[in-house]
Amino acid sequence: MAVVEAPARTPAPKVDKSVDFRQQGRLASYLLTPTMAVLLVVIGYPILAAIYQSLFTQGQGVDADGFVIQGDTFSGLANYTAIFSGDTGARFWNAFYNTTFFTVVCVVIEIVIGVAMALIMNKAFKGRGLIRASILVPWAIPTVVSAKLWSWIFDANGIANYLLGTQVLWATDGWQAKLAVIIADTWKTAPFIGLLTLAGLQVIPGDVYEAAKLDGANAWRAFWSITLPLVKPALLVAVLFRILDNLRMFDLPVVLIGLQKPSVETLSIFSYLENSNTRYGPAAAYAFVLFLYVAVVAYLFVKLLGADVIGDKAAKKPARRRRRLAAKEATA
Amino acid sequence: MRRRSLAVGALAATTALLISACGGGGSGGGGGASTALEGVGPITLVQGKDTSNFVQSQLDKWNGMHPDQKVTLIELPEDADAQRQQMIQNANAKSDAYTVLALDNVWTAEFAANRYVIQLPADQFPNTAQFLPPVIDSAKYKGNLYGIPYASDGGLLYYRTDLLQAAGISAPPKTWNDIVADCTKIKATPQGAGVNCYAGQFQKYEGLTVNAAEAINSAGGVITDPEGKPNVNTPEAKQGLDFLVNGFKQGYIAKEALTYKEEESRRAFQEGKLAFLRNWPYVYSLAEKTDGSSQVAGKFGVAPLPGMSGPGVSSLGGHALAISTFAKNKKTAADFINFYTAKDTNTTQVTQASLAPVWTSIYDDPTLQKQLPYLTTLKASILSAQARPKVVRYGDATLAIQDAAYAALQGTMTTDQALAQLQTKLEQLSTS
Repeated sequence: MAVVEAPARTPAPKVDKSVDFRQQGRLASYLLTPTMAVLLVVIGYPILAAIYQSLFTQGQGVDADGFVIQGDTFSGLANYTAIFSGDTGARFWNAFYNTTFFTVVCVVIEIVIGVAMALIMNKAFKGRGLIRASILVPWAIPTVVSAKLWSWIFDANGIANYLLGTQVLWATDGWQAKLAVIIADTWKTAPFIGLLTLAGLQVIPGDVYEAAKLDGANAWRAFWSITLPLVKPALLVAVLFRILDNLRMFDLPVVLIGLQKPSVETLSIFSYLENSNTRYGPAAAYAFVLFLYVAVVAYLFVKLLGADVIGDKAAKKPARRRRRLAAKEATA
Repeated sequence: MRRRSLAVGALAATTALLISACGGGGSGGGGGASTALEGVGPITLVQGKDTSNFVQSQLDKWNGMHPDQKVTLIELPEDADAQRQQMIQNANAKSDAYTVLALDNVWTAEFAANRYVIQLPADQFPNTAQFLPPVIDSAKYKGNLYGIPYASDGGLLYYRTDLLQAAGISAPPKTWNDIVADCTKIKATPQGAGVNCYAGQFQKYEGLTVNAAEAINSAGGVITDPEGKPNVNTPEAKQGLDFLVNGFKQGYIAKEALTYKEEESRRAFQEGKLAFLRNWPYVYSLAEKTDGSSQVAGKFGVAPLPGMSGPGVSSLGGHALAISTFAKNKKTAADFINFYTAKDTNTTQVTQASLAPVWTSIYDDPTLQKQLPYLTTLKASILSAQARPKVVRYGDATLAIQDAAYAALQGTMTTDQALAQLQTKLEQLSTS
C-alpha cells in the first residue's frame, strides 16, 4: 500500500501518472467491495424483495374445507393501479395527504422553534450548559415513550384539558388528533434541529458580526444576512433528516392516537395495517410508493437547495476531478 | 458524489420496506411444521395483560410440578387488536417463540383457516365435555376444535347501588328507557351530581365492535345472519345503534367515553364517576378491592345487560388456549392446557380473577354463588349471548364495523349512512 501511495504524495521522481492512477483505482475498488457488498445485502436486497413482493396478491379465498388458499398469485402492477380507484385509492390518498401534511407542518414549526433554541443556546450566559442539556432531553426519550407520556397529557381528564379549561377528546378521530401529533412531534424533534443549528452557529467567527455592526447593521439584518446564510449548510442537513423522518412517521400516531384513525393514518401505518391483515403484496406496493416518494423528495431537496449531506463541498475541486478521472480509468 | 446523498434517503426508506419484506416470507403456509402433539420441554403462554396476577400464580404452580417443562408468560398489550397482530406476525415468521396462544374467540376462524394453530383432537381434552355449549362452539371452526376455552365472557351491567338508593330506585334498569329515566333521577340527587350516566367501550378498537354488536342485537337486529350473510341495514339495527348515538347527543353517555377502552371505563367507574357501566366480569373483583384503589367497593351491583324492550343480548367474549403450528413441545402444551382448564383451576380463576368459568357446574355451585352474586346472571348472559361475526377475514370485518359505528357515535355520519356503508362493506368482504 505504501508503495502505491508514496508517489502521489512526494513530487520527486517522475513516473507514468496513468499507471499510477490505474493502480490506485483498482485498489480503491478492492477496498470498496466489502462496503458495497454490505450495502447490497442490507439495502439492495430488501428493496428488490419488496418490489418483487408487490407484484403478487395473496389468496384471501377459502377452499371447500374452509382453509385459506395459500400461496401468491402474480398480479403484475395491479397492486399499484389499485391506488387510483375505489376504497383502496381513497384510503391511500388520505394517508398520502396526512404524510405530506405532517411533514410540511411539523418541519416548518420545528425549524422556527429549533433555530430559536439554537440562537438562545449560542448566547453566552450563566447556566448555558444546563440549558443545552435540558433541551436535549426530549430528543433523548424514545418516541414510543414520549408518545405514551403525551397520551396521558392528552387524556380526556389529562393536564392538557385541565389547562385549557375545556374537554377536547384528543384521542378520537379528527383535527384534534392531528394537532396532538403535531405538538408531540414538535416537542420531541425541535431540539434536534436546534442542536445541529447550534453546531453551525458555533463556527461563525465573531468578527463577521463585528464588521456588520460597524457597517451599521441591526440585529435583524445581521440574522438574515450573516447568521442564516452561514448556518444554512448545517440547517439544511438537519431539515433533510427531519423531512425523511417525518415521511416515515409511524410510532407517534399509533401510540398517541391509535391505529385505524383515518385522520392520522400515514402511509407507513396504512402499509402496516395491510400487512397485518396478511395482504403482503399491496402492503409492499404502498411501502415502495412511499420509498419513491421519500427518494424524490430527498433528491429534489438536495438538487434545489444544495444540501451538502456528505460534506463533499469542503473538498477541493481539483481533488474531486482527479478522483473522477481515476475512477474512469479504473473502469476502462 | 451527489448520488450518495440519495443513498442516505434510500437507507431511511428501507426501514418501511423491511416491514413488508419480512411479512413476505410467511405466505407459504404451514408446510413443514408438525401438527402432532409431540415433544416435551419448556413452552410459552402468550396472552394479554395479566391484570389480576392470577396467571402467574398458576404458572408458578405448574412450574413447581414440572421443573423441566417450565411455562413462561409472554404478556401482550392490553389492546386486543395489538394482541392479534403480534400473534399473526409470529405465525408469519414461523417463529417457535409462542407456544400456547390465548385466542379471543373471534379469531378462531381466521387462525384455523390460515393454519396458524393446529386442530385439537377432542378426545385428548376430556374437560371440554363439561363446558357450556356456546363456549365450546366458539372455539370450533367448520365443526373442528382449534382451541380449549378457559374463560368465557359475557357483558354485565355494573350499577351503583348507593346512587340508586339515594334516588329512590329499587331495582336496576331492565331496558334502555329505564337507564335514561334512572339517570334523570340520579342527577337530581346531591350524591349523583357530577356523576356521568352510562358508559361502555367506545374507543375505536375491538371493544367498539362488541358494544355496537350488543346494541344492535339487543334491539333485535343482526350484523350477519346465522348463515353468515350480512344483514345490518335494518330498522332493528338502526334502533340499536341509535341508543348509543343518542346517548352522546343527549348526554346520557359522556363524550369522553369515546376514548374508553375496558380499562379506562373501569377506572372511571372505580373512581365513582359513572352510575352505570357495561363491562366484563373481570371488573368485579377489582372494583370490590378495599385497598383504596376502588372508591366504589361495596357500593355496586351487577345486573343483566338492558335491551330495547327487555333483557339485552351480550356479545360472547372469552378466550381459548390454542397451540401454535410452529411451536415445539406440543405434548407439554397439551398437558399444560389440560392443567389450566381443569375444574379447580377454573374455579380459582373466577374467584381470583373474576374471569367467567367455562365449566357449567361451577355456575351451579351454591357456595360460589353466595361468594359471587353475579354468577347466575352471568350464566344466563353467556347462554343467550350472540357470537360476533364468524368470518375468516375478521380483521377487515371488525374494522368495517368500527368505521361505521365510530362515525355514527362521533356524529360525522347519520346512523342510516353508517349502516348502509357497513352493509356494503360486509357484502364486499363475503364475496371477494
